[in-house]
Amino acid sequence: MKILVPVKRVPDPELKANIKDGKLDLSGAQWVVNTFDEYAVEAALRLTENADEGSRDGEVVVVTIGPDDAAVQLRSCLAMGADRAIHVASEDANLDSLLVAKTLKAVYDEEKPDMVLLGKQAVDGDTNQVGQMLAALLNLPQATFAASIELADDGKACVVSREVDAGVEFKKLPLPAVVTVDLRIVSPTSITNGITPESHEYADGPRYASLKGIMKAKKKPMDNKTMADLGVSGSPVVKELEVTLPEARAAGQIVESVEELVKKLSEEAKAL
Amino acid sequence: MRARYYFEGEEHEELRTQARRFATAQIAPNATSWEEAEEFPRSLYPALANAGLMGVGYPEEFGGCGGDLGHTLAAAEEILLAGHSVGTIVGLSSHAIALPPILARGSEEQKRRFVSPVMSGEKISALGITEPSGGSDVAALQTKAVRDGDHYVVSGAKTFITSGTRADFVTTAVRTGGPGHGGISLLIIEKDTPGFFVSKKLKKTGWWASDTAELRFDNCRVPAENLIGPENSGFFAIVSNFVHERLYLAAQCVAIAQLAYQESVAYARNRSAFGKTLSRFQVTRHKLSDMATKIAAARALTGEVAMRAMAGEAVIAQAAMAKNAATDACSWVADQAVQIHGGYGYMRESIVERLYRDARLYAIGGGTREIMNEIISKTEAF
Repeated sequence: MKILVPVKRVPDPELKANIKDGKLDLSGAQWVVNTFDEYAVEAALRLTENADEGSRDGEVVVVTIGPDDAAVQLRSCLAMGADRAIHVASEDANLDSLLVAKTLKAVYDEEKPDMVLLGKQAVDGDTNQVGQMLAALLNLPQATFAASIELADDGKACVVSREVDAGVEFKKLPLPAVVTVDLRIVSPTSITNGITPESHEYADGPRYASLKGIMKAKKKPMDNKTMADLGVSGSPVVKELEVTLPEARAAGQIVESVEELVKKLSEEAKAL
Repeated sequence: MRARYYFEGEEHEELRTQARRFATAQIAPNATSWEEAEEFPRSLYPALANAGLMGVGYPEEFGGCGGDLGHTLAAAEEILLAGHSVGTIVGLSSHAIALPPILARGSEEQKRRFVSPVMSGEKISALGITEPSGGSDVAALQTKAVRDGDHYVVSGAKTFITSGTRADFVTTAVRTGGPGHGGISLLIIEKDTPGFFVSKKLKKTGWWASDTAELRFDNCRVPAENLIGPENSGFFAIVSNFVHERLYLAAQCVAIAQLAYQESVAYARNRSAFGKTLSRFQVTRHKLSDMATKIAAARALTGEVAMRAMAGEAVIAQAAMAKNAATDACSWVADQAVQIHGGYGYMRESIVERLYRDARLYAIGGGTREIMNEIISKTEAF
């Protein structure tokens, strides 16, 4: 089983947004792997291993489209256990969801994986589009917001569960397919691959990279490509005009009685 | 100022990322409550091991993660910076002094029995050297171990033992021979050995979340197979880890100072007085500049000596210098951090109040400031 995991680097979400002249100032930002993509790497690793024996059974290829520095985030994924990486050079400003999806399609065509597994969205732009666009461009089945994945015994299909308003929805997809993951995918028993015994319980969350994994990552293959190498061209159709912070919320008030609340709602807030 | 040693590269950065992730999720939310409760949960040991952080700097053969002193220092600093609890971190790392003598002089069987389960977080280890009657004067220790068949009968007491109340075994210095350093051996004494008692859990100025105990051995019968190396060779096993221990403590000082400094910068930027933030006052900016400078100097010396140690140089005096320099920087920076925080800095709710207390240990533990100076004087041969 070969899984392609597209990952995006994002500014550390813990940091306070710094806006300068209508643009996000990212000059001092620390960059990290998008949380949901890290979950996708974890899910892909679980799908391609025997966790009880600690052995690999399949290949996980991580790909990112981004500037030179983004190699650091690819190496983080390799340190977790991914087998090799592809780095497509591009500046963030020259990209939008559709261009990313087109580039990933070109990578897919070269790699021919059994599955494309990625985060449901990146936590910076929060667009939630790339997985869906990629599936459309590839004309492949898709399941978004996966909470669990179970591989069929013959390895030719998978069953994905998704948490929806009415409960849990199960989708059976023939492979190859595009699957985007939600946070539940890193629960202790969310992945069934027919290799790791079903009794195995993972620690909650993506795995930590061991020091050994970190050392090994330096020697794992990383292909450097350009979008031109992949035959992708064009400019973003989505343009960023301005970034502003939401208006600060006024302080709350504590009211003494229901009467006072109704009065305030009607006279001050004009909500009644 | 980025908190990094000069020897650090991309792999240290990645290791710090893992350490930060662990400490942010597992330690920081509980830092204050664990310090106030003077205990952290035992489950944190296997959690640390699962995150691949317990065994950094220990051989893979016995469950460690590999890596060298540089990796150990980088990971330790990041856990402290992100975890905000010195007591928890020092409690979690009592193996840094308990295991090296076993790894250096112990048998394969001892390494398997005692090192591996600590690496997996299953067992807790402690080192027992200091006694109620003396600490710095290791060669004068009094706890006696008398050979009786295939056992040693141990009588005496140990005090100020980090992780002592919870330790599953204590690497213990005992007197098996005549007076002086030539009569000292190291015995691994397990918790359930008859005659082994935890006399009391000690109350301390700082390091609250770590447990510190006084231990008593009352005709405690320890299997002779728990002797580390040949009889009466214990002193050398103890001193062989001194350079690493002192650099490790120096690195803790650098990390504590760094944390106190970061807290102070954040506070100075937010706190207003006389119509402007504290950081707009030259007196504050200069104070912060002095703090940053002293940290940078302590980090530079600690880093250089660590690099020399990794390269195989004998750096006994330099490690003592690094410990004293880092100790002084840490105490001074923590004190200034309290000053910048004003009244809040004196309150138990602020981190710097705690760091100020934690900092006091380092001029005493792991060899006092005066012992460090003795080592330096002997090397310099004044």
